[in-house]
Amino acid sequence: MQLSRTAKFSLGAFAIVAMAGIYLPLLLVITNSFNATTSGAFPIQDWTTKWWVAAWHNEGVREALWTSIKVASIATVIALVLGTMISFALARYEFFGKHTVNLLVVLPIALPGIVTGVAFSNTFKHVFEPLGIGLGMLSVIVGHATFCVVMVFNNVQARLGRVNRGLEEAAMDMGANLFTTFSQVTFPAIRSALIAGGLLAFALSFDEIVVTTFTTAPGTETLPIWIFNNMSRPNQAPVVNVIAAVLIVFSMIPVYLSQKLTGDDRD
Amino acid sequence: MKHTKRLSLAAAGASLALVLAGCGSSGGDAGAQSSGIEVPDFPVAESVGDSEGQVNIVAWAGFVEDGSTNPDADWVTDFEQQTKCQVNRKVGATSDEMVQLMRTGEYDVVSASGDASLRLIAGGDVQPLNTDLIPNFGNLVEGLKGQLYDNLNGKTYGVPIGRGANVLMYNTESVKQAPDSWADTWESDSPYKGKIMAYDSPIFIADAALYLMSTRPELGITNPYALDESQLAAAVELLKQQNEIAGEYWNDALKAVSSISTGTASLGTGWQVVVNLATADGGKVASVLPKEGATGWSDTWMISSKTKNQNCAYKWIDWASSAEVNAQIAQNFGMAPANKEACEGTKENEAHCETFHATDEEYYKQVWMWTTPVEQCIDGRTDVKCTNYQQWTKAWTEVKG
Amino acid sequence: MAWLGVLYIGSLLLLFATAFWHTDPFTSKVIPGFTLENFQELVVQEAYRNTAVRTIGIALAVTILCAALALPLGLFMAKVAGPKLRAILAIGITLPLWAGYLVKVFSWRITFSQGGPLDWVLAPLGVDGMGYGQPAVVVTLAYLWFPYMAVPVYTAFRQIPDNLFNASADLGAKSWGTIRTVALPLLKPALIAGSIFTFSLSLGDYIAAQFVGGKTQMIGTVIAQNINLNPPLAAAFGLVPILVVVAYLFLARKSGALDAL
Repeated sequence: MQLSRTAKFSLGAFAIVAMAGIYLPLLLVITNSFNATTSGAFPIQDWTTKWWVAAWHNEGVREALWTSIKVASIATVIALVLGTMISFALARYEFFGKHTVNLLVVLPIALPGIVTGVAFSNTFKHVFEPLGIGLGMLSVIVGHATFCVVMVFNNVQARLGRVNRGLEEAAMDMGANLFTTFSQVTFPAIRSALIAGGLLAFALSFDEIVVTTFTTAPGTETLPIWIFNNMSRPNQAPVVNVIAAVLIVFSMIPVYLSQKLTGDDRD
Repeated sequence: MKHTKRLSLAAAGASLALVLAGCGSSGGDAGAQSSGIEVPDFPVAESVGDSEGQVNIVAWAGFVEDGSTNPDADWVTDFEQQTKCQVNRKVGATSDEMVQLMRTGEYDVVSASGDASLRLIAGGDVQPLNTDLIPNFGNLVEGLKGQLYDNLNGKTYGVPIGRGANVLMYNTESVKQAPDSWADTWESDSPYKGKIMAYDSPIFIADAALYLMSTRPELGITNPYALDESQLAAAVELLKQQNEIAGEYWNDALKAVSSISTGTASLGTGWQVVVNLATADGGKVASVLPKEGATGWSDTWMISSKTKNQNCAYKWIDWASSAEVNAQIAQNFGMAPANKEACEGTKENEAHCETFHATDEEYYKQVWMWTTPVEQCIDGRTDVKCTNYQQWTKAWTEVKG
Repeated sequence: MAWLGVLYIGSLLLLFATAFWHTDPFTSKVIPGFTLENFQELVVQEAYRNTAVRTIGIALAVTILCAALALPLGLFMAKVAGPKLRAILAIGITLPLWAGYLVKVFSWRITFSQGGPLDWVLAPLGVDGMGYGQPAVVVTLAYLWFPYMAVPVYTAFRQIPDNLFNASADLGAKSWGTIRTVALPLLKPALIAGSIFTFSLSLGDYIAAQFVGGKTQMIGTVIAQNINLNPPLAAAFGLVPILVVVAYLFLARKSGALDAL
């Protein structure tokens, strides 16, 4: 690597500043979970652990967390399958309306969540409920999956553009069938893109509020909805900080694992 | 609508009833556009039967608590055990959201504020109630009985929960002299320019109208929820003037607490509960009911017209209206309880009602409760059309630019 | 793919058909029909135009800010940092995604408050924090969406073979020259992928504006305000971000960047 010493140094300094910028607000969240005031006044005058105790005894949040994990996992799996299929279709084949499909995939994330949410709510109410499928966890998953697809799609498509198609063709020429070619040649090449996309999709679903609000039914409460419900009530808001602090710490696990998996593939 | 009317809410209610009668009572929406208000006809429940097993409630934060967020606040668990009705709660953030959620038909009960209730009634989203089936109905404080915003056509649609005023709150460190008027939040020469906070909702237009009632009597505003087009234009002009000097619009209590106690805002519209919380956190905040009066809100329980859990819905409303539970709700949320007896029994109850002026009708006489503005002027005028909530919403977008 | 098409597009078409309907002014129930008054309203009323322009400006600013931060960071991670540090930093940029949108927004609200952390840090320099307003919205949104830009950019940097850099350097290009002529074209797809997220997520956001925007009104704010009371108007205004994003994608394609995808 031939970057000059000064360049390396200034890049390093920049990285430090950027990381500080990313983490100071999170640090603020964590310290605030020990803030005795309910509105999170700064600087912190009184320290307390009472919010942590309150959070520990909170059943609602555990249930919401579990709901969120379920929704995000299923939505991510759907997104992985569909996103990969669409990006293959677009990268490997020429067909009429190709650019329109490209646009349609990006659309769910480009639209204000509130538009998507109300659109789905309408459809489920008027089309699916008479068929016995009302709003509930399913509609939340469907809503999430549509905008998660684009996360996978973008990553995989960017990668496919660089994968040497000659390799696939070579494999086929040598007698590998479509499946073998995919599992032995294509999949390894796009694996890290899939993981990166899947991770972003999971995170996006895990954190979604607006679409969820309109597609959920009473009794199905995801973590962000729980947080939203509790943020506007003064006696619960600090508990939200505790939950956030816990999430920040625990989220290191999946992120670390994914890093292990994707970290050192070289293509 | 060619009747003469006196300037009273009762007359206004009667006029609505006449309009309704004139429109017939078939259920469709099509004819409802501008001719009047059509209320779809729903049968009134005759008895409360066995539990359906659950009840779905949209409510303001703190109205339906099962102890899962705060072990000390729990009036749902006992209800569930006694009635075998499981409670599913959804916290609504704004009146508009609540109306939308009720419209999905997924919810059985709503805690509707005055700016939502009339819309729900006229939209056929809620059903008239049989108050005989709610034994705890009846201990209401005087001021909350038979209000226009939850009573229509001689039918009762809502059971009051509580009420509160939109007071003028101020940070005592930046505002040395206790204000007694809204002037400093409206006038462009306000010493607190850039540090004024206002409520973020179309219904806030009524606050401007209220101020105009005393500062520009020539406009002839007699009820801040009955504005004809020129009166609305005057209110919008005032709001635009305020937009120049405002620092922030707020719509959730916590946001208001953080602004007013840090001094990011010096003064502005607030709720008593915001003041209490800010003070509890050590913020130097006080509040006053200015000489011009104030707007306010009152919330009522209503039952969906599409409910699948009517028995549990009635059971819940009766449960929540008992003195004990009503006191808990009112204290948890920070408002004046609707049940007189919720102000008695313990020192805590008495103190709470004192702070929130629960039984002080003189206080609430100066408070104009949120009402959905409609075309039929509720101040009794018949020679003009008043502006409706949709127009207010457009005006509000215009104000915020 | 089938359900994505049918369900999603169907839902949207249903919703946007309502843009031509109108609303009962009192009950705010939607009445089918055909009217252009919603669109007329959007054109005539200055507030909507200003709001649209403001929102697009904010979304562009957020995107530029994200890209400006992601490029040097991605370069450092991919080409300067050792494997250990690189792994830590890669975790570092994705971790905030998990902290919760609202929590982060609220933490920025505290940061920008009067006498809050920002004022506190800047006070010794004799500068006042900027308080709530449009700049605060831009910073907050950039913070929220930064990982969506940083991850693809970093991944793209990683995929540029070291020897390409070396070759360029051997041919006498300076560091900056290498980056500009060799790296940037290769990064373009990643930058565009990232910008689609940062731009469009910002375009649809309204909660951040609610918390740190002071009195800033965005497209999402107006839609949220009207979605219950006047769905046709909200639907009509909802077409604005769609058109903007379509135009954005069209420009991206015209610049040739999408071909590289």
